[in-house]
Amino acid sequence: MKRLAFISILSFLFFAGNAQKYMTKNGFIGFFSHTSMEDIKAENNQVAGVLDISTGEMVFQTLIKSFHFDRALMEEHFNENYMESDKFPKASFKGKITNLSSVNFSKNGTYEVTVDGDLTIHDATNKISTKGSIEVVTGGINANSKFNIVPEDYKISIPGVVRDKIDKSLGVIVTMKYTPLEKK
Amino acid sequence: MKRLPLAILFFLVPSWIFAQDDLMNLLDQNDPKEINFTTATFKSTRILNGHSIEKMAPGQLDFRISHRFGRINSGAYNFYGLDQSNVHFSLEYGILKWLMVGIGRGTYEKTFDGSAKFTVLRQSTGARIMPISLSIFSSVALKTLKPNDPTITNYFSSRLSYVGQALIARKINQSFSIQISPTYVHRNLVATELDPNDLLSIGAGGRMKLSKRVSLNAEYYYLANPKTYLSQKVYNPLSVGFDIETGGHVFQLFFTNSLAMIEKGFIGETTGTWTKADIHFGFNISRVFNLKKHKKPEIL
Repeated sequence: MKRLAFISILSFLFFAGNAQKYMTKNGFIGFFSHTSMEDIKAENNQVAGVLDISTGEMVFQTLIKSFHFDRALMEEHFNENYMESDKFPKASFKGKITNLSSVNFSKNGTYEVTVDGDLTIHDATNKISTKGSIEVVTGGINANSKFNIVPEDYKISIPGVVRDKIDKSLGVIVTMKYTPLEKK
Repeated sequence: MKRLPLAILFFLVPSWIFAQDDLMNLLDQNDPKEINFTTATFKSTRILNGHSIEKMAPGQLDFRISHRFGRINSGAYNFYGLDQSNVHFSLEYGILKWLMVGIGRGTYEKTFDGSAKFTVLRQSTGARIMPISLSIFSSVALKTLKPNDPTITNYFSSRLSYVGQALIARKINQSFSIQISPTYVHRNLVATELDPNDLLSIGAGGRMKLSKRVSLNAEYYYLANPKTYLSQKVYNPLSVGFDIETGGHVFQLFFTNSLAMIEKGFIGETTGTWTKADIHFGFNISRVFNLKKHKKPEIL
């Protein structure tokens, strides 16, 4: 009987973890490339993300086709020629806040954090480590980060004729506005 | 009591190991069911001579320059046809998601043309499954070549011809797309009594990608009208060539037995035949301009 009680407490603790999770379905990821020949930028407002404040774990996932460009042709080339979106429809990130202790989730404010994790794009995974900020606000948590990625690291081949038009390293901006995940 | 630590492990280990996968699963569960529209069935708004289901997106302007040279069998003196050149310029603009309009001018019979292309169905998977894409194309052409018979009265209306097309396409896989194009052409004035005013034709075309930026295209139009009594012998147009895409340009390089670059001409008035090497080298160059205002995003 004692054991059963213990197990049920444990399992309660385990499932209670859910209350520590924050989620968004319309996070923002944008990237841009600036060269003397051409400026390119794309925006995606349909990024799904979960942040577990008990462990500092964070995951993102989005459809590549949700990135939108000003120029329809550019978007088509992005999906068809570079990202091969029908073959590799999603990009994802699995990571962890390494200095979770420096964030006080019960007090509103902005906290600097470092996030380490695996970024998967075009079916290629690379470890990345980036600085960002966690902003604790009433009723939610905002996360922001800015980092650079190199297309070739993700096996995205860029032909010689257009190489000069695309930045060697693309700037990426991530902005998430999380709200507590309700239990189902 | 000895078994307790085991029980703890039993509960904690999975939660450690699978914590992140759980988060991922959470995302997967919340994946919105979306309609996944098929894009880039063809690289360009033309398969080769005829229209494909593709249109310009809203705010995008396509400037096209097309050439058909003379017949290859005209010999070395004419540099295998390259001395003679027929040109067709056009501007095509996407107004709405489902509507593109265009204007053009071609050497062939000094013709001006205006056209509209409508999207009716879009091939899609996901939340809505649609096996094909369907576009409707319609155009009016105004021939401005001076009439060769000055004795008859020439009305403005006798210079006009009309085209209606249903373009039905399916992108079968990443590299292979096909299209069937039932076509109706009406000519207000024809050369002789033998020639019908109405032409019915069915076109078939396809493309096969050879690499990410190059595809092999072929297109054929079958003219259903009996060809026996026509005042001139006409053939079904067959075109074979390549699409080459370089950033903002699409180059289409091909061989065809038709000289005209509008439907009325290549469907009803193709007088060359492949069997006698009445072949023209041709190319289309498409350059797309973005006329949509760049909206500055708040963050970038």
